[in-house]
Amino acid sequence: MFVSTGKELLEICKEKNIPIWEYTIREEIEAVEVPREKVIERMKSTLHVMMNSSTYAQDNIVKSVSGLIGGDAYKIRKYAESGKTLTGEFMNKAMARAISSSEVNAAMGRIVACPTAGSCGILPAVIISAGEKLNSSEDQLIQGLFTAAGVGILIAKNATLAGAEGGCQAECGSAAAMASAAVVEMMGGTPEQALTAAAIVIKNILGLVCDPVAGLVEVPCAKRNIAGTVSALTTADLVMSGVYSKIPFDEVVWAMYKVGRQMPAELRETSQGGIAITPTALKLKKEIFKE
Amino acid sequence: MRNYSVFDIIGPIMIGPSSSHTAGAARLAKVAAAISGGKIVRVEFHLHGSFAETYRGHGTDKALVAGILNMDPWDENLKNSIKIANERGIGVTFIPTDLGEVHPNTVKFIITKDDGNVTQVSGSSIGGGNIFIFDIDGQEVEFTGERPTILTKHQDLPGVISKISSILYQENINIANMRVYRKGKGKMATMALETDTQVTEEAMGKIKNIKEIENVKFINPIVEGVI
Repeated sequence: MFVSTGKELLEICKEKNIPIWEYTIREEIEAVEVPREKVIERMKSTLHVMMNSSTYAQDNIVKSVSGLIGGDAYKIRKYAESGKTLTGEFMNKAMARAISSSEVNAAMGRIVACPTAGSCGILPAVIISAGEKLNSSEDQLIQGLFTAAGVGILIAKNATLAGAEGGCQAECGSAAAMASAAVVEMMGGTPEQALTAAAIVIKNILGLVCDPVAGLVEVPCAKRNIAGTVSALTTADLVMSGVYSKIPFDEVVWAMYKVGRQMPAELRETSQGGIAITPTALKLKKEIFKE
Repeated sequence: MRNYSVFDIIGPIMIGPSSSHTAGAARLAKVAAAISGGKIVRVEFHLHGSFAETYRGHGTDKALVAGILNMDPWDENLKNSIKIANERGIGVTFIPTDLGEVHPNTVKFIITKDDGNVTQVSGSSIGGGNIFIFDIDGQEVEFTGERPTILTKHQDLPGVISKISSILYQENINIANMRVYRKGKGKMATMALETDTQVTEEAMGKIKNIKEIENVKFINPIVEGVI
């Protein structure tokens, strides 16, 4: 059975001298009783869906069903290649990838919920962008997804991945933490450094509320996928430079869960607080649901 | 503490925007269509709670129709389902309503077939694309569609259940879960029986031939395959 805490995960990875991704694959094989190739094959088809969703809206102007969002991935991609960016082509392309999946999702296209549909842009954008920069093979991208899944399992076991329970910190926060840990392992970092990255990402997004305009997974969700992507990538660099988190991963996850429990229902996916009840949001809601 | 598969965290692969309002809705409708069987000509969707309030923005309407057309929750044609249904002459109506003390994401299907037979199915989408069916034609049931499911309508007489279970035993099919619902002793009963492995053609044939069984349906789980 998959371990219950980050501390146990680090112990077992150290003892067996394996990365988080390898431990996660081994546990999956044992839990579902299918051969290793099958588990990897399924993750490979998952990666292919991610590649499509993170590319499609960069090449095509995609509008959501409600008409609320769309076209931003296309815009950012063009800008990324303009040579005029502040944070460089790498970061701008990552941002375009993140919002591409969110736009595809809102337009009823095919995505991977990772961990949720609302946060579906972060992990693909981070893994694919890092992989491009690091010249990673497809197998290495797949390994990154298993690292992310391992970290996600720990968060699911000890806290929650649902916005309705824990706010956006539980969705986009978890996605970014999973993604950052994955990139650290892709860069050759240790399991301990991977969990450090996850801890730092969550600390930086702690308390983020879930307040979707008109109850739709569009505003502010799509742009929060960009924010999560940037945080995951910069934190990976931070950790690879040797920076540590004073507070360990397990305790940060515990804090996130507590903060989620302390959030009023209005700020947990009910659209009764935050951005969702601003005058403009209410006006947009009226326009979308007009008879 | 629950156990999770890697693909509970990175997955499901689905058509957006919402696992509960889109993927779960498609799954519910696919199961409802399997329960009805036959050639469907008309469906009324009675939408409750959050389904009633946000079904247009979440594409719940398209997802429901897609499920009726037997599409999977990850089928990219899902967004064109209403047009496809129109082309096939299947009438669809969406009716926001109040179904009482049920889950906020609940739908009642009233499905009419070309022979005039009507089937009513109620179910809820409970998050992450997971569902459960709780009513068929006014009869309380409870199953999730995650495993192969056998639904019977049979006379409540001694030995009927044993006949079914011995057929499954002969075919080496393990029963994971079984529930029987009846209006009264000796009257018509409904049974929802979930198995660990696919029910074979052989077993289906034998179960259909049990004389106390008036009606039996076999519902296959909607499993994500390699795309």
